Amino acid sequence: MKNDSKYQVDDKGYYGQFGGAYIPEMLHRNIEELQLRYLEIIYDETFQKEFQSLLKDYVGRPTPLYFAKRISDHFNTNIYLKREDLCHTGAHKINNTVGQILLAKRLGKTRIIAETGAGQHGVATATVCALMGMPCIVYMGEVDIERQSANVKRMKMLGAEVRPATSGSKTLKDATNEAMRDWIANPVDTHYIIGSVVGPHPFPDMVARFQSVISEEIKKQLLEKTGNENPNFVVACVGGGSNAAGAYYHFLDNEDVKIVAVEAAGHGVNSGKSAATTILGKPGVLHGSKTLFMQTEDGQVVEPHSISAGLDYPGIGPVHANLFESKRGIFLSATDDESLQAAMLLSKLEGIIPALETAHAIAVIDRIGAKKDDVVVVNLSGRGDKDLDTYVRELNL
Amino acid sequence: MNRINNLFQTKQKNILSVFCTAGFPELNSIVPVLEELQNNGVDMVEIGMPFSDPTADGPVIQYSNNIAINNGMSLKILFEQLKGVRAKIHIPLVLMGYINPALQYGIDNFLRDTHACGIDGIIIPDLPMYEYENFYKNRFDEHHLKNIFLVTPQTSKERIRRIDAVSDAFIYIVSSNAITGGSANIEEEQKEYFSRIKKMELKNPLVIGFGIRDKKTFDTACNFANGAIIGTAFINAIDKSKNLKEDIQHFIQSIKN
Repeated sequence: MKNDSKYQVDDKGYYGQFGGAYIPEMLHRNIEELQLRYLEIIYDETFQKEFQSLLKDYVGRPTPLYFAKRISDHFNTNIYLKREDLCHTGAHKINNTVGQILLAKRLGKTRIIAETGAGQHGVATATVCALMGMPCIVYMGEVDIERQSANVKRMKMLGAEVRPATSGSKTLKDATNEAMRDWIANPVDTHYIIGSVVGPHPFPDMVARFQSVISEEIKKQLLEKTGNENPNFVVACVGGGSNAAGAYYHFLDNEDVKIVAVEAAGHGVNSGKSAATTILGKPGVLHGSKTLFMQTEDGQVVEPHSISAGLDYPGIGPVHANLFESKRGIFLSATDDESLQAAMLLSKLEGIIPALETAHAIAVIDRIGAKKDDVVVVNLSGRGDKDLDTYVRELNL
Repeated sequence: MNRINNLFQTKQKNILSVFCTAGFPELNSIVPVLEELQNNGVDMVEIGMPFSDPTADGPVIQYSNNIAINNGMSLKILFEQLKGVRAKIHIPLVLMGYINPALQYGIDNFLRDTHACGIDGIIIPDLPMYEYENFYKNRFDEHHLKNIFLVTPQTSKERIRRIDAVSDAFIYIVSSNAITGGSANIEEEQKEYFSRIKKMELKNPLVIGFGIRDKKTFDTACNFANGAIIGTAFINAIDKSKNLKEDIQHFIQSIKN
């Protein structure tokens, strides 16, 4: 279960210099319990049986790996879309929430909290809480409640309480602060289902393992379709980076497979309104781990901007910070406008409306240097239903 | 001798410690605040280093952090303000804040300048014991700075013993499972927790914080520890103050009398 990879977590909870568990004493007991037990719990036979059965019959896995012919012709390469948008609830987020709620039950927890940006993780958490009959509180930035109102309604219908985060930029980082405060105040009965590969160890590794089903399936499906389980490129968008971590997981140690991470450039990386962490950030400690994030010279967190709520986060997970620093990953960014155009392109050519987050990954395909015979897997992390208001407004539909 | 050790040697009971965010309410408030606190008989002060994302703090302290950052407060400015503070202030001073600003300042520079200002100890809630022991302890010792750990109702007995072993200033007892600024009374359950720690007869003195806000909660806390720390209630007392001297005097006297 542990491995020697230089890109996976080490036994101290670090990815190179990044990671660790920089938590206040109030969270020590919960984090230590997770650190000591997460591997034993999630690789237990009965856990795996329940987890795999839910992934298959409830989430709808395996999701298709679809050869997208028309967009392949457009970019003059071979593009395969990993259809995480077809998961129940409309994004990859549910792979992780199914895993974590089963873990929470085994830890004897009776109350679930979560943070959400685009609302996809909030919906995925509310969904599994409904499934398991557990109370669910989702923290969401006030700004995100406004721009992702459809998901807020879904969470409410699923029985979750959505609590607005009203401090700072009123987006994902602030929702994360509020969720951590809730956990500090309710350490005994509550499990915090973190939605991305961020936070103190073991969260980044645990979330990556639950999402690793994505690359596990890609390998099998690609072998069937092309006779080679390894593509030339795997492309995914990165906010905190959970869909990317899942899509890269089983390819990290094969350096022939190029890993492409796409960050949100917002209005442009030098515009002052951006979320391109690897260009604008530097190492520091935020939300319990050492990682790259956008900050002032004095170490205060800089408020990011992206049209996509799911990418509107000042940092990236420590696994990605290490992929960047070690140069294992190719880090690109797409602006708000480029992503809107990419969403339009995919809709017109393939009949698939992607989430705004996912559209960032589509937007860079012509920049990765893929040749005509190359195989490019793009992780289509979510569908665009939640973004229709933004698309209608921004694209004058 | 370090001023913290000296304080706890000369006074064992009812030690009143106050937390104030540097740069709040005004950029240059901290030195006048320290003088007034000392004049009113406060025994020790925690000087808060503002951070944009203080996840262990409640809304009031986060608000004071934001005001301070907007006022332009930074570690560089704080160290300039505290230069020469020891000409006037003789009570122990502790810096308290999150680790990231110190990392950006450079840990060694941070420890050097903290010591140079005459600061006696440091509380960094998000610097865990493992990281401290393995990467930081030698550097703290080199600069003669005491690191102060928190203990919460969730901290196991074994861990409290370890914390006691690596500490030699005082142990900060977090009063309940809560962020700063709680408003509940001190309940029986908490009293049991305080008694449990008191009975362990640790080598370090104990100071209770979080939720201590008036004479009643201060006195209750002092029955179980050597003293208590007041933060949020003090921030509220000097928020938008027109007369710091009067407001501080009024607040501190309300605790002491």
